[in-house]
Amino acid sequence: MKNRKLWGRILAHLALLPFIIFAVFPFYHMALTSLKQNRELYDRVANPLLIRQGATLEHYSRLLWETEFITWTKNSLLVTILASVVSLIIGTIAAYALARLKFFAAASLGTGIFVTYLVPTSLLFLPLAQVVNWLGLGDSKWALVVTYPTFLVPFCTWLLMGYFRTVPKEVEECAMVDGATRVQALWRIVLPIAVPGLVCAALFAFTLSWNEFIYALTFTSSSEQITASVGITTELIRGDIYYWGSLMAGAVLASVPIVILYVFFLDYYVSGLTAGAIK
Amino acid sequence: MAIGSVGIATATRPTSLRARVSELLDRESWLGPIFVSPAMVLILLLVAYPFCMALYFSVSNAFIGRPSTFIGIRNFINLWDSDAFRQTFQNAFVFCGIAVGAKVVLGISLALLLNQQLWFKRLIRGAVLLPWVIPTALSTLGWSWMFNSLYSVVNWVLLNGGIIDPPGPNWLGQKYYAMAAVIIVNIWRGLPFFAITLLAGLVAIPKELYEAAEADGAGPIARFWHVTLPLLKGVLGIVVLFSTIFTFSEFNIIYVLTHGGPINSTHLFATLARQVGLETGRIGEGAAISLYLFPALMIVVWAQLRYVRKQAN
Repeated sequence: MKNRKLWGRILAHLALLPFIIFAVFPFYHMALTSLKQNRELYDRVANPLLIRQGATLEHYSRLLWETEFITWTKNSLLVTILASVVSLIIGTIAAYALARLKFFAAASLGTGIFVTYLVPTSLLFLPLAQVVNWLGLGDSKWALVVTYPTFLVPFCTWLLMGYFRTVPKEVEECAMVDGATRVQALWRIVLPIAVPGLVCAALFAFTLSWNEFIYALTFTSSSEQITASVGITTELIRGDIYYWGSLMAGAVLASVPIVILYVFFLDYYVSGLTAGAIK
Repeated sequence: MAIGSVGIATATRPTSLRARVSELLDRESWLGPIFVSPAMVLILLLVAYPFCMALYFSVSNAFIGRPSTFIGIRNFINLWDSDAFRQTFQNAFVFCGIAVGAKVVLGISLALLLNQQLWFKRLIRGAVLLPWVIPTALSTLGWSWMFNSLYSVVNWVLLNGGIIDPPGPNWLGQKYYAMAAVIIVNIWRGLPFFAITLLAGLVAIPKELYEAAEADGAGPIARFWHVTLPLLKGVLGIVVLFSTIFTFSEFNIIYVLTHGGPINSTHLFATLARQVGLETGRIGEGAAISLYLFPALMIVVWAQLRYVRKQAN
């Protein structure tokens, strides 16, 4: 019996192997390509799965010193941090109100938020580009700070509504009986309890805005304003010439911030992914 | 004494104002709208208003930098007559149908496997979830190198494995292969969402049900059909609806991998809308392309709302 269980376990691992290779191989290959010398990279006979002729950092140094990669990364960080913080604040108070308070049209506003959450960005980028121009933010990274909350706020609100509902009402009522106002009760009692939810919302806001592509591609174009994803996919490709080594180096470097967060907060990602869809 | 009373008089006025404000903030009928208003202003200005603009654009002959006039549904009719649009329409259904279908089958299998007793649970979950976390535009760039016409590692593996004959397909340059390539990348990127969400659904199924089924003599396959699948239906429904919306409106993968080519064979609504609306400036027509499937999208959203409400009750 025990033997059978052990075999079952080994079998499950073996069956998982193709899935894991499928998921991870592209990253392995990206990293490998970014470290290869051009001579080996463009050798059709060489084995593409290994580095045989010595690794090099030339693609990285080209990327860092001969392109605007550092500027793009700074832009990405600025946009991501500002948009995430603003969205988290707006989303938190809206979620608290919708989850806890009784007021006019609360239920239909909650539905409205959910519907907004389902509107794909690729549906709105054309008219939003006009709005951005009217606001005088054409070809500016500030256009992204303004527009990213349109998908971050609905997401944060929806996620946090679920978390706030799990905080027992009595905890808050106790504080209010002791003389705290509702705002104080929210600040001192509810928010500390909801910290896991807030961390989760912050992580997702950061990830979603760091990964955003279509708005960044549409609203910004000059080298000083674009984000890392857009810079790598547009500026490193000149006509039909692809600098594959540097392209892959850029893709690896621009993924680093997300991977670091991911390694430390994996469990939050798992819970947020399920909560965002189901709660 | 007199000084003291003056002091009190000046001190009470601001406190009473503060008291009044904080009293109002304590009333739910006031605090609620105040807390919701920033989100609502944002949504009205930057989602609802642009959406109405898109509706207007779609029934006008808007062109970048030129005044526009109302032309009724002519954009929609013209589009239906254009080969590029019809091709896109067909692509969208092929792409979405195959990709979502494959994600359902693979997602359930992966979730079932992840639900087993595993030795490196965290590590395996981390690896499986990775494609979902990395910026899509950049990971797709990696795929585009993997499908490169001269140095494709995919072809190298298939050739050396004896699965295909030289020279191997030019993935991004041939019609059906290009479609296959964008579908593969979409599955790769979307599978983690299916697997992790379905896993949460699996974990929630009570163990007793399996034990009862086993006591009744049900084998593994019968248990899957009669216990797992019916109880997973709710979660599965929501995941499929979500994925349908976002697969239909896919942009990043197509834009980076094929730009809609070769000869429009991988264009989807979003990429064609961008090409027509921005690259050639016909905003009206571009908006009409984005909105063509809006009625269908509404039905999906409506179904989703019903699901969510049912789960909440």
